[in-house]
Amino acid sequence: MNAIYLRRKAVNRVALSLALGAAGFGLFWLVAILWTLLFNGLSSINLALFTENTPPPGGEGGLLNAIFGSVVMTTVATLVGTPVGIMAGTYLAEFGRGAKLAEVVRFINDILLSAPSIMVGLFIYEVVVVRMGHFSAWAGALALAVIVIPVVVRTTEDMLKLVPNSLREAAAALGAPQWKVITLVAYRAARNGIITGVLLAIARISGETAPLLFTALNNQFWSADMNAPMANLPVVIFQYAMSPYEDWRQLAWGGALLITVTILLLNIGARVLAGLGTTRK
Amino acid sequence: MTTTNFEPTGTPGRNAAINPAIAMSPTAGLPEGRVGNRSRAGLAEKISVRNLDFYYDGYRALKDISLPLYDRQVTAFIGPSGCGKSTLLRILNRMYDLYPKQKATGEVLLDGNNILSPKQDLNLLRARVGMVFQKPTPFPMSIYDNIAFGVRLYEKLSKSEMNDRIEYSLRRAALWDEVKDKLRQNGMSLSGGQQQRLCIARAIAVKPSVLLLDEPTSALDPISTAKCEELVDELRSDYCIAIVTHNMQQAARVSNFTAFMYLGELIEFGDTESIFTNPAKEKTSEYITGRFG
Repeated sequence: MNAIYLRRKAVNRVALSLALGAAGFGLFWLVAILWTLLFNGLSSINLALFTENTPPPGGEGGLLNAIFGSVVMTTVATLVGTPVGIMAGTYLAEFGRGAKLAEVVRFINDILLSAPSIMVGLFIYEVVVVRMGHFSAWAGALALAVIVIPVVVRTTEDMLKLVPNSLREAAAALGAPQWKVITLVAYRAARNGIITGVLLAIARISGETAPLLFTALNNQFWSADMNAPMANLPVVIFQYAMSPYEDWRQLAWGGALLITVTILLLNIGARVLAGLGTTRK
Repeated sequence: MTTTNFEPTGTPGRNAAINPAIAMSPTAGLPEGRVGNRSRAGLAEKISVRNLDFYYDGYRALKDISLPLYDRQVTAFIGPSGCGKSTLLRILNRMYDLYPKQKATGEVLLDGNNILSPKQDLNLLRARVGMVFQKPTPFPMSIYDNIAFGVRLYEKLSKSEMNDRIEYSLRRAALWDEVKDKLRQNGMSLSGGQQQRLCIARAIAVKPSVLLLDEPTSALDPISTAKCEELVDELRSDYCIAIVTHNMQQAARVSNFTAFMYLGELIEFGDTESIFTNPAKEKTSEYITGRFG
């Protein structure tokens, strides 16, 4: 055993323990958060949570209106944002190779991807809420759609770029025009990846609070009117958690657990789908 | 045809293992008089390449190529890597048009019409000139749909007509017996050799008149390779076939005519017997005997 070898082993040991320490540090907080959530939130998961509306302070109630509002706005945002995102991603991957415009679009999209969501909320507030004169579920859904778009654009582009060019050539060699090559072959090859991206985008917006604070606001009561303020989980959690009332705070824990479990399931679903995509090759 | 001064490469090269005796075997015992004079009378020129130049972003990759491709004959393109064989093949269905900055000048006549003309409809051209690639490229869909894909582009067939067409193409590609019970299975679940025959079936299904095979067996095992070669032999009677290959025995086995290319130039074109037994150019003989390349 010479000195160089011993030194190498020592350095390896130090680097390995530092890396393990860093991983443990990150995991510790994740587990701590999940544990606190489960510990505090599990007791408020009951039937009333899903069947009754948000209560006045001191009253009995659940989160039905907030769950409904979150589902409606997330759905509308996904329905608006996904087609736009897929089409823009398709442009970047299939038509804009080497084009200046594509580079600009890609750059702006990357900025949008990491833009603070409160900016998106403020933007929709200025553009929609101020002009309409009131908060509304439409504005909330729109703000969430703005967050969905860059995520879907990015994954669509990445997934289409993973489709081997030989597949496109093979389709073109049969006489298929470009739009058929894309819709019938490239999309099919990238399908799982694109769906994964959409699921991740849904996971991302289902926990967003800031964009809704300025747009959909909140509603103490049941409302299915898209033109009126609508209750939603993140803002309800935000308000109730800050409140001095014990029963409201308890509901906030329940809502937080609900959102976290939903996002966890969406992420697991996305991973499973992405896994299916890779094993097929 | 152009002649050039070659630098002697001096390296025996990777192909030194090729036994010239094997490469020449198909013509062993042929009477001397036939060599080089195999009659071309009665052969129809399906494709005529005339003074073709090709540029990749300004780099001249093909230099003044002229040669005929005969109907119902197999023409093999041989030559070391990078000599322009695949490039030439990709001009014949204008595959290069998918990429900007690639340009061809000269003439390529298919049944007398210049396919390099800007007026040429590329999709119709590609439906007439089928292509099979080096790596098998099954689409991520069922075996049935893999073949139906191309057919549906230009024909409206009833269900039974489509079934017939699919059976016909799979039979011609010698794949029918292996897949007839699992047509709904994903095409990507087949083995490499089966996938390549699926690609050939797919190309045949649209009823092209020309088949371009770009090193179709280079990714296949010897048994699949043999099957593909038998297939080419079968298909010869109906199509004009061009095949690029790195395997000289393969060229000798399957082709009627052989074109030897080097550094973007067509060095020699002739019937396969004479190219392999009595090449006119020194360079050709060096290549086929494995002294360079």
